[in-house]
Amino acid sequence: MPVLLEIENLRTQFDTSDGVVRAVDGIAYTVDEGETVGIVGESGCGKSVGALSVLRLIPDPPGRIASGSIRFGGKDLLTLSDAQIREVRGAQISMVFQEPMTSLNPVLTIGQQLCEAMELHLKLTPDKARERAIELLDMVGISEPGRRLLQYPHHLSGGMRQRVMIALALSCEPKLIIADEPTTALDVTIQAQILELMKDLTKRFGVALIIITHNLGVVARYADRVNVMYAGKIVESGTAADIYHRPMHPYTLGLLRSIPRMDRPRGERLIPIDGQPPDLTREIEGCAYRPRCSFAVERCARETPPLQTVASGHTSACFEVAQLQGLLKEAS
Amino acid sequence: MSAVVAETPRPTTPQTAQAGPPLIEVRNLKMHFTVSGGVFSGRKSVQIKAVDDVSFTIARGETLGLVGESGCGKTTTGRCILRLEQPTAGEILFEGQNLCTMGREALNEKRERMQVIFQDPFSSLNPRMKVGDIIGEPMMVHGIYPKQAERERRVAELLALCGLNPKFMDRYPHEMSGGQRQRVGIARALSLNPTFIICDEAVSALDVSIQAQVINLLEDLRDQFNLSYLFIAHDLSVVRHLCHRVAVMYLGKLVELADSDELFANPLHPYTQALLNAVPIPDPEIEKQRAHHVMKGEIPSPINPPSGCVFHPRCPLAVESCKQAVPQLRELKPGHWVACPRV
Repeated sequence: MPVLLEIENLRTQFDTSDGVVRAVDGIAYTVDEGETVGIVGESGCGKSVGALSVLRLIPDPPGRIASGSIRFGGKDLLTLSDAQIREVRGAQISMVFQEPMTSLNPVLTIGQQLCEAMELHLKLTPDKARERAIELLDMVGISEPGRRLLQYPHHLSGGMRQRVMIALALSCEPKLIIADEPTTALDVTIQAQILELMKDLTKRFGVALIIITHNLGVVARYADRVNVMYAGKIVESGTAADIYHRPMHPYTLGLLRSIPRMDRPRGERLIPIDGQPPDLTREIEGCAYRPRCSFAVERCARETPPLQTVASGHTSACFEVAQLQGLLKEAS
Repeated sequence: MSAVVAETPRPTTPQTAQAGPPLIEVRNLKMHFTVSGGVFSGRKSVQIKAVDDVSFTIARGETLGLVGESGCGKTTTGRCILRLEQPTAGEILFEGQNLCTMGREALNEKRERMQVIFQDPFSSLNPRMKVGDIIGEPMMVHGIYPKQAERERRVAELLALCGLNPKFMDRYPHEMSGGQRQRVGIARALSLNPTFIICDEAVSALDVSIQAQVINLLEDLRDQFNLSYLFIAHDLSVVRHLCHRVAVMYLGKLVELADSDELFANPLHPYTQALLNAVPIPDPEIEKQRAHHVMKGEIPSPINPPSGCVFHPRCPLAVESCKQAVPQLRELKPGHWVACPRV
């Protein structure tokens, strides 16, 4: 599949009273057409900021995209004018946010919100837009779509609102949808409904999807490829099978060991990752994960490990990949 | 052993097989809230049955998991046990005594031994109090270690027990991370030497790597002090890991209760089955092979719950009679209780 989105050396920073926070510190990845890419990591690792940067939605000030390029459809999104980026947002790249209550406008009806984008981007007449809005609501599994168009977001449950968000994201036939923790605020049975819906619709329309989550299970079920982020950097990248069965970064391994799993015998003790994530206002020398890493060697304190290929399509930012490979061999 | 079980008269409350009286016994607990309607609806008031006829026991040293989705009544059940709510009906026996009818003084004495750990370590600690005072306050209230020096020694001990540096005593909550704050919440809960702790979504707000640290701490403390937990959570893999038995709630009703191993290996209630099926497993190979049955519909409003079995509109097994009769909990296998006539 041809490459749809190509991010290189992206750095996004925030000025705070405690100093400059390097929220995203030199990430690079690609998304192919129609592909689902998962981005996992814990709070504050830069996964959301990295995605918001793609649409230039970083509030400036205090934030700014300090360097990098984001190539999408032959253009560098970072060099576009404000008017040009507005034509990309919502039309070619759309977003689904975590909290559907705050991301829908509470004083506009569902219909107004759906039609506004389509009249603007697709140049539809109000009647045509309304017709298509009904089709879209029906497609995302909302009953009585005609009546729903006249309702306000507070009339709907959390799951329904997230369905509206998905209809909105799909309305202008985008090539890419960025979903930032799309199901974190939802109950588990509703989460399953929403994720299955997103999977079906993105497959049906050939839309690429970036799914940002802290839930390793969600990524395992839905992502083709996975990027693991830690302290503003991508530390490992590979297919879902690579990441889950052949983790080549100590942080990925640590995450996988620290979650209780329903398919494993009960009573096994969890192996947590010791310590805390680093303070991103401070300059980090060497590998950011080193203080919590059981594989660390002296070199890790001095040099920052670059993302290197460990196998076809599988990269890791660790000097001690050999140790992990040995461990894996032992286990099998 | 099985012969003994068969001969014992069937208890009215789902119980553990363990000997000795349970530490906590909840009998037919009901908590109904009256919600008055708005000006425009003619101020009609409606009843919300947040908890409706729930019974279970918790033995000493046992952890009972209470799971279900938002609004199913799991937190309200916990609040009733601490008598932070006055239940509408039913009994809550703590060490054999009914908390619901107890006077204030007697209740305060019992409350020394019942504590709670909340979900949000940001809002459950007073931002204007130092950590040492937060942990020491319950001891002051209950007159334990009235001398400051003794109290401080105890606070230091509790901090160390929860994996924090005793120097944290002089810090304020905002100077700590979420995981550290949750440890402070645990230290505060332990300050009065409780026998029973309600963990209300105690690890839900934490990142995975920190969550594992706190889960291990809760396990260690349970073993060290023979604590009983009521572990209220929506994350089923955490519940399975930590709990001996698990109770599943749906719209104020208890629908299934069994040993953890039994419940997760052999869920009987259609709701439990759907709930377990919805949890993604962090393994792409397993996920590829798993059949996903997405449950239809949403949780109905508790203001106007469905008739009969509250689960019938979403249930794949439902028949006509499910719309009328409210199913009772039945013990299908020793220790495995289900409220569904169709299984």
